[in-house]
Amino acid sequence: MPHFERLYNFACWLTEDRQEAEDLVQETYAKALRGFSSFQQGTNFRAWIYKILRNTFLTSRTGLKAAATVPLDLEGDEQILPTLKETPESILLQRSDWQLVQQALEQLPVAYREVLLLCEVEEMSYQEISSTLAIPLGTVMSRLSRARQALRAAAQKMQVVGAKT
Amino acid sequence: MNMACDSWTEKLDAYLDGELAPAEARALREHLRGCSACAAESLSRVQLKRAVQTAGQRFTPDPAFRARIEKSVAGRKSAGWNRFWFPALAGAMALVIVGAVFLHLNRDRQAQQQRSEQRLLGELADLHVATLASANPVDVVSTDRHTVKPWFAGKIPFTFNLPELQDSPFTLIGGKVSYLNQSPGAELIFRVRQHQISVFIFQEQALGDTRAEDAVQSALSFNVRSWSHNGLRYFVIGDASAADLDKLSELMKSAG
Repeated sequence: MPHFERLYNFACWLTEDRQEAEDLVQETYAKALRGFSSFQQGTNFRAWIYKILRNTFLTSRTGLKAAATVPLDLEGDEQILPTLKETPESILLQRSDWQLVQQALEQLPVAYREVLLLCEVEEMSYQEISSTLAIPLGTVMSRLSRARQALRAAAQKMQVVGAKT
Repeated sequence: MNMACDSWTEKLDAYLDGELAPAEARALREHLRGCSACAAESLSRVQLKRAVQTAGQRFTPDPAFRARIEKSVAGRKSAGWNRFWFPALAGAMALVIVGAVFLHLNRDRQAQQQRSEQRLLGELADLHVATLASANPVDVVSTDRHTVKPWFAGKIPFTFNLPELQDSPFTLIGGKVSYLNQSPGAELIFRVRQHQISVFIFQEQALGDTRAEDAVQSALSFNVRSWSHNGLRYFVIGDASAADLDKLSELMKSAG
């Protein structure tokens, strides 16, 4: 079963629920097998199967709810925001902060979370992300850039809260 | 961070994701070496990338779940996968049969072609060795392609282009007129480290019935690359590594 563990990890991040993630993965494999003839040889298998998983998620109850809470700045996706102007020291993350990053990831809207996971965890190329999410290459870049900024902001906010308590 | 840095930081993500074109990546690396603000920004982004990478690998499937999926996949596999593979296999077999018939018909012709190709490569190897052994290996001595190319004008009945070698390990040493099958052509001598490589260019029509497709061969333990372009046949021959010959061939091809 190609990509089993990674698909499961990705499914957990999308659904935020292990039982739902299991159902999602199971349905993905079932759909992939049924539709294997629609997979074009020579194209990217990984992008194809992630696309199935994601589409299945988006039509599920949790997925529909997640899609309804799309962040406002997803509109006008094409324009890249100016970079943040903090001093680098303030944004350096300690190595032990990965738990903080996990929490920050949880807080992000699904659209940001998924693009970050595909890029950093799955290490997909922009082209692969573009075909997995069915969005243009330019949108991949701008969404990634926004997602990273949102993640930074969320992590920083939690750092500040953590320091106060 | 000044205004000029904004245009660099915009590209920083693409750079760290390995998505920047080589030339731009080179320029950006150059900038990072000299700009501490951008270097710090880059570091912080790398840290964020790493943190997400670690944080993102969070959930591992239950072994029982894995077993369940494996079972359900195995159950369907025979139907799903076979439906796909059977036509593919049948197609492949048909191809093999057609190929065998074709091969049989062509064998005689191919054997003959191979003999003349071997003879040709043998002769080219001789020419290359003669050049290496000569006290005056080249008639036009120049590392400048803009000197070497015009030198051939009027001496051979065609013209060709030489590649830019600035960023490559190759040096042009010079060239001379060479003959094959009583036809004139160009011989160019390149150096890569301690090896000399000859590039021969002849008119296709002068070579007779030899195979015209790209070829990777060795003759008398020299490595040889050859291809055709615009009615000219190119041969790259030398005792340098196969990888070096490939690189030089690519450069020559890119010059057209």
